[in-house]
Parts: sequence; C-alpha cells; structure tokens
Amino acid sequence: MKKLVLIGLVCCYSTVTAQNKVSGRITGNKNKPVLGVSVQLKDTYDGATSDSLGNYSFTTEETGEQALEVSSAGYFVILQKIKLDKLPVIQNITLKEQITELKAVVISAGSFEASDKNKGAVLSSIDIVTTPSANGDITSAFKSLPGTQQVGESEGLFVRGGTATETKIYIDGNLVNNFFYSSTPGIATRGRFNPFLFKGTIFSTGGYSALYGQALSSVLILESTDLPEKTQADVSVSVVGIGGGIQHLAKNKKSSWGMSFNHTNLFLAFKVIKQKQDFYKLPTFNEIDANFRMKTKNGGFVKYYGYLSQNSTAFRTNDLDSIVLKNSFGIKNINIYQNLNWKDRIGKGWRINTGVSFSTNKDDIANELQDATNQKVIIGAPAFYTNKNFNLVNTGVFAQARVVLEKKLAGLNAIRFGSDYFFSKEKSTYTTYNGFQFSQEVKDNLFAGFAETDLYITNNVAAKIGGRLEHSAIINKWNVAPRVSLAYKLATNTQASFAYGIFYQNPERRYLPSVASLDYSKATHYIFQFSQQTKDHTFRTEIFYKKYNQLYKTSRNATNQDIIANNMGFGDAKGLEIFWRDKKTIKNVDYWISYSYLDTKRDFLNFPAAIQPSFATNHTAAFVFKRFVLPWKTGFNLSYNFATGRPYYHIAYDNTLGKYAITDQGKTINYNSMSFSINYLPNLGKKDKTTFAVLVLGVTNVLNQNQIFTYNYNSTGSRKEAVTPPGRQFVFIGCFLSFGVDRTQDAINNNL
Amino acid sequence: MKKLVVTTMAILFATSIIFAQSEKYTMAIKKNLAAMDSSFKNPADLLKLANNFERIASAEKNQWLPYYYAAYCQVLYGFMEQDKDKVDQIADKATDLIKLADSLAPGNSEISCIKSMIASCYMMVNPMQRWQEYGGESTGNMEAAMQQDPTNPRPYFLKGQTLKYTPEGFGGGCKTATLALQTALDKYAMFKTASDIHPNWGKQQVVLLIKECK
Repeated sequence: MKKLVLIGLVCCYSTVTAQNKVSGRITGNKNKPVLGVSVQLKDTYDGATSDSLGNYSFTTEETGEQALEVSSAGYFVILQKIKLDKLPVIQNITLKEQITELKAVVISAGSFEASDKNKGAVLSSIDIVTTPSANGDITSAFKSLPGTQQVGESEGLFVRGGTATETKIYIDGNLVNNFFYSSTPGIATRGRFNPFLFKGTIFSTGGYSALYGQALSSVLILESTDLPEKTQADVSVSVVGIGGGIQHLAKNKKSSWGMSFNHTNLFLAFKVIKQKQDFYKLPTFNEIDANFRMKTKNGGFVKYYGYLSQNSTAFRTNDLDSIVLKNSFGIKNINIYQNLNWKDRIGKGWRINTGVSFSTNKDDIANELQDATNQKVIIGAPAFYTNKNFNLVNTGVFAQARVVLEKKLAGLNAIRFGSDYFFSKEKSTYTTYNGFQFSQEVKDNLFAGFAETDLYITNNVAAKIGGRLEHSAIINKWNVAPRVSLAYKLATNTQASFAYGIFYQNPERRYLPSVASLDYSKATHYIFQFSQQTKDHTFRTEIFYKKYNQLYKTSRNATNQDIIANNMGFGDAKGLEIFWRDKKTIKNVDYWISYSYLDTKRDFLNFPAAIQPSFATNHTAAFVFKRFVLPWKTGFNLSYNFATGRPYYHIAYDNTLGKYAITDQGKTINYNSMSFSINYLPNLGKKDKTTFAVLVLGVTNVLNQNQIFTYNYNSTGSRKEAVTPPGRQFVFIGCFLSFGVDRTQDAINNNL
Repeated sequence: MKKLVVTTMAILFATSIIFAQSEKYTMAIKKNLAAMDSSFKNPADLLKLANNFERIASAEKNQWLPYYYAAYCQVLYGFMEQDKDKVDQIADKATDLIKLADSLAPGNSEISCIKSMIASCYMMVNPMQRWQEYGGESTGNMEAAMQQDPTNPRPYFLKGQTLKYTPEGFGGGCKTATLALQTALDKYAMFKTASDIHPNWGKQQVVLLIKECK
C-alpha cells in the first residue's frame, strides 16, 4: 500500500515534465511583423519575445487549457486560449494598435501652439520672450508667425485680412476684454500681461474650436502657469521702470500665492531717444497683481488671478489742419481684471473646467487744440476745429461665467460641451468744448452653448466636430456656428489637415447704439494644411479662403458720429502661408522663417466699395534667429520683419451725394525692421547660487530703416502726414534678479 | 504507523514542491541575470530579458525583484534606443513596472535608483526642454536612494555617471564625477547583497568610468 502511494505520486509528478512547443507569428497593422512583443503562458514563467520577423517560440511543461497573453507597448493586450497536449501548437496573433497621443495625428489646421509639453507645438513658451522684435510683448511674438500683419500704428493682431477686433484673447478659458492698454492715436500699445504668467499659448489663425466665439478671424488662448517650483522673490530694474514680486509655495507643495508690483516710467528712455510726439505727461504705469493657485485632490487646479492697473500719458502733435496749432491728447486709464478658475477630474472619466471673470475699465480722454504756447484754443468754425476740444469718458463693466464638461472615451476620443455667459455694460460720456454732454450706454447679455467631439478613428485619422449656439441681446437673434477639423497622417511626422467653420461677431461698441435692426457679422473659413514635424524641423504650409458676410456698414448720424447703418458689408481673404523652423542644420542655431501671401478686399464701415483695407498688405515675411553661446553664458537673438507697402485712403463723406467717397489714396513704402537682443546670464551653471540674474539688451530697428505705417489726412483731405513709430529705435536695458531659486535650469531650457 | 508514514511522505512531498517552486524562481532569475552582461551589445536582447523578468513577475506577484529587474532592463533598453520618438513609451513601461515593485517593497533604495534612471531616460529625449522637470526628479530619487540605504553604492554610481556627462560649466565634469565614483567604489567593496539574486550591478561600469576620466 505504501509503495503504491509512492509510485502513484512519483508517476503523477513525472508526467508534468512532458514538453510542448508553442510558436507562431505576430503581426500588427497591414500584416507587418511586430518586434519585441511579449508572449506569455498566463501565470507561468513560460513565454518568449518576438523577433524582427514577428516569430516567437517556446516550450512549456504545462498542459490542458491555457491562456496565451500577448502584450506590447502601444497595442491592446490579447488573451488567446490554447490547448496544450503532446502536439506542437502554432498560434499566430494579430495585434490591434492603441490610439495614443504619441502616435495619433494632431488636429492642427489653422493653429500655432507655443508649449513645452504638447506634441505639435511650434514654439516653446520661452520663444515668446526671446523673440527680439516682440520686446517681451506676448502678441508681438506672434507677428513673427505667418498670418499676421505688421501693423505698427495700433495694437492687436490683424489676422488674414481681419481687423484687430476680430481676434479675441482668452486667459484660462475666460475672455479678456481689455487685453491691451487703451489705444492712443498713432501709437500701438502693448499687452497688459507679463508673458511669464503663461505656460502655454495657442494662436489660431482660423478654424478654431467651438469652445470659443465672437471672433471672425482668430483667437489667442493663454494658459496660466501652475505652481511655482520654489518660493522666490524677483526684482527688475530697467530703463523703463522697476518691479518686484514674490511667489510663495506652501510647504506641502500643494498651493501657492504671489503678488507683484510694477512701475513703468518712460522718463529715461524718452530723455535719450527722441520721440516724434511731445510727451508733456510721460507715460507712467502702476500695476499690482496677485495670484493664488491650489492643487486639488484629484490633480486639478483652482487658480485666481487679479490685476489692477493705473496709467496715464499726454502728448502733443502738430495739428494737421493748421500750421501753427497743436493737437493735445491725454488719457488716464484704470483697469481691473479678475479671473477665478477651477479645473478638475470629477470621476468616471469626466472633467470639469469652470470659471468666472470680472473686469472694469475706465478711460478718461481729454483732447485739446493748443496754440504755440501750449494754451487751449477754441475755434468756433469750421466744425472740425471746434470738435477738437472734447472730453470722453468710457467706462466698461464685463463679467463672464463659463462651464465646460468633458468626458474621455476609449482611446483619445472625447466629448465636451458647456456654456458661456457674458455680460457687458459700456457707457461713454462725450463732453463738447462748450460743456454739452452726450451720454450713451450699451448693455449686452450674451449666452452661448457649445458641444464638440474628438474622434480618433485610427492613429492616422482624426476629426474634431463641434457647434456653437449664441444669443446676444443687442442683436436679439440666435446664431448657429458649425466647426469641423480633420487630420490625416500621410506618413510618420507628415500630415494633412483641413478646417472649416462659421464664425459670428457682434458690432464694436464704438459704432453703437444703432437704430437699424442688426444681424451678426459672419465669416466662413476654409483652411488646408500640410505639415511635417520632427524634433529638429517644422515645415507647415497652409492655404485658406475666408468669406465675410454681413459686415457692418456705417453712416453719419445727426451729431456727425459714424454709427452702424446696416449689415450689408462683405469681403473675402485668401492666401498662402509657409513656416519653416530648423534647430539642427546649423549647430547651436535655431531659426525660423515665415512667409504670408494675402489677397483681401472688403466693403465695411465707411468704405465706398470693396477695397483692400489699409491694415492689410500682400506679402509679409519674418526671420528669427537664436543662438546661445554656452561658454559666454549669453544668448543672441535677431529678427527681421518685412512687409510690402499697405494701401491708404482718404475717405470723406460727400454731403451733397450723401455718401462716402475716396478722395485720395496711395501705398506706403515697404516695411523693414531688424531687431536684436542679448541675454546674459552671469550665474548660469553655478548650482548653489540662490540668486539668479538675467541682463538684457534689446535694440529695435537696428538699421535705422525708415518705417511708414500709414498716412493721416487733415479734415479736408488736402494734406497728409506719414504715421511713423514715435521713435525710430528703442533701446531696452534691463536687469532681472530672482532670489531663492536657481533659475539656471530655466535659462538652459530656454536658450540651448 | 502507516498513517504517520503517509503523512510524513505527504509533508515531505509538499515541501519539496514548494522548494522546487522557489528553486525554480531563483534559478529563473539567476539564468536571466547571467544573460544580462552579454545583452548590452544588443538592445533587442535587453527587451527579451525585460520580457522574461516580467513573465516571472506576473507569475510571482508577491516578489518585487522580477518587477525590479524588468524595469531595469526596460530603462536600459530605453537608454539604448536611437529613435527618440520611441523612448517615452519605453520609459512609460519601465515606470509601470517599477511602480509594481515599489508597491511590494516601499522605500527601497534599489527601487529609487531605477526611478532615478527612468527620470533621466525621459530627460534624454529632449534635455533642453525636460531638464527642469526630469532633472529634479532624477536627482531627488538618487538622493532618496542614498538615504534609504547609505551602504548602497548604486546611487553614487548613478550620481558619478550623471556628473561625468554634465558639462563642466554646469557643475559636472570628470573632476567632480570621480569623487562620486570613488565613493561608489568604496561602497561596492563593503556592500553585501541580501542573496545572490538581489541587485549587485554597477561595479564594472564604475571602474570603467573612473578609467575614462583618468
């Protein structure tokens, strides 16, 4: 009996050692062999890795029903049942590719991204600061990309034949109404916000997502930074002012707060560089901002940003209507902007992105006619003299609430939808030379709802399909705007994209209120893009066609004001754009070239017919060159901007005919501007230093080229004067210090 | 009596299975470790080894060593991959594996070393842009490894290796690297592995690096 048990046990033990061979071939897309795939008999050590022909083979002592687990990065795991007895098993496997961000095509028609993380980004976030022609101004950096005009007499981005007001700017999803400092005649103002506040930027030159609206041409989407790396203090001293700030990171690294103060005064700069205008009140800016950021339990963020600015300037120019008189323009501005945002995962694949923003803006403008001794002069007739003495106070209150819900589906597929609510109340009070006051208030409640889906059919084909619905109280109508983007991967790193969309926009405040019954102005975009992008090169080319309908036409009202009369304006824009960036060919050198061809005509506002507008030229090009010399700890940046001449017109109201007519026109000279900047980082590489310094020297228009933006006419159109930059060149010298954190790594990232 | 014999036999047999099982495990690890040295010449072999270790790991879900070695092989494979576009995916895989090892043996100095290597691997894809994020992560894990086990020579090896390939202007270079490598070498001389399947790699490379610096 004992023996029997023993024999039985031994027998059953020895049967385990019988060997079975398992082999086969593993293929992926289009029956191509896949290398390096792990094949395993589940819960055993037995298995193999596929070779370059996709073949695998192993032997096992297991028997019976077993599961073969086949896995490889980028593919779905496959469990295949096999039956093992004494015969060899041949099991071929076909893998299905996962749709991953790494492999998937990028939906990119019409958009340029500046980011350090995202695939498909054309610029890194630091490029915005190191592009010398931009002078540290966020939007100016985008003027070195295709699609934008080199307009120098007024602020904003003029995109593909659109006006600056056709570009809207968003911070963390919330619209910023007064992104730029208030306009001054003939001088472009800068953006209010420090470029270092943002970690990522998307600049869309058309065909943008249904999540945004009220912009016929373009949106600029800015995303604020997350938590700072360490607690630190910053100080800056430059020829234009001083500033300081602190960022405090909580011990648990979950939240931070910060604030900063900046005082800008152009006394020194204007002392050295002669300005065309007589600035009797130098431009001064006082700004305070504060932020609070908190990381939530699920990896989301709550962010608050608040900004308060007070600024003023006043200057005289020669009055165009006379020889001896001067025109004096003064402006005082107070602006408050506040933005609160919450972005989080809320379970089951859902994400929420919600925010509110609130801002107020007040411009107090005084315009005067002055004599040779700078005394106020009132001339009763003709009216164009009389009307040069006035006061204008504009106040605006803006609020927005927004919620976006997103559900991530299998692969990269997603759906998102949400709504926006905008409130605006703008009041202007106009006081004539003799004390008469006219006051107007325009209020709007704008509601928008939107939905969008990301569809990834395979790694090679993707689509973004969405729609937006809007209702504005001013127009009192609904609009529906479909948006479609498609992307198709032609080969590794090469793709073709297409975008189509309809975009609506309300009239500008300054042409309101109107007595006419209005509709939305409308643009339809068609964009086709071809792009090739590797780590070292980016090549993109786009052709586009943009059709404008229902543009606003103005006419003179009884008080000689241009007010919207109807929606009968129209226009179109078509063109070709090329962008090439190369970080590899020349060692340590990074450069990009962009070229835009634009053919546009429009009939809007007071235009007597469809003409090429004065803010659009046919050819624009930019060249940017960057090189960081490590042993010198110095970065050298150079940029050259070129644009062909722009048309200019004198459009006058013909009282007898009761309509506008062009009485004079011409074309400016070509625009050329070369700028360079040098950044010196003396503490670079000294690891233990807690102080980090950056010294900056920047010079615009190095070659002192003559630049004419457009021409201003006198009231009768008999005399014109070139609008040029206030100073031919500008030299910026500044020193930025930060304490408490070594920003060497920043500098390395940024400049190598 | 009969009963006793049967019971004893049964117990003996059962322990022999357990013994055979753990013997099988040890042998499997050993066999694959022995193949490590030759695999450095061919990245495909490294991937094969990584898969071998992963197979052992998925059959022995309570052992951290197979996950550890699988992650180690994956990250080495990542360093050797020439196509930079593929490196992230490999490093992701290594991250998944080391996370599993970490959950079985939290606070382990050897595991921190692999984490440091993975961070460096991510960084190598684009050092200029990724320095900030992954450079810090790599150093942080290296320092954690030194704290978790002061006798472990491997974090010093990694430190020396990193310094050697950092430009002198940035605090790197052979001079500072040799200091760290020498410390590593001293620690290798004193280091006792817990068993012959526990981590015991790096000494040869340290000697090689020191030689290169001379």
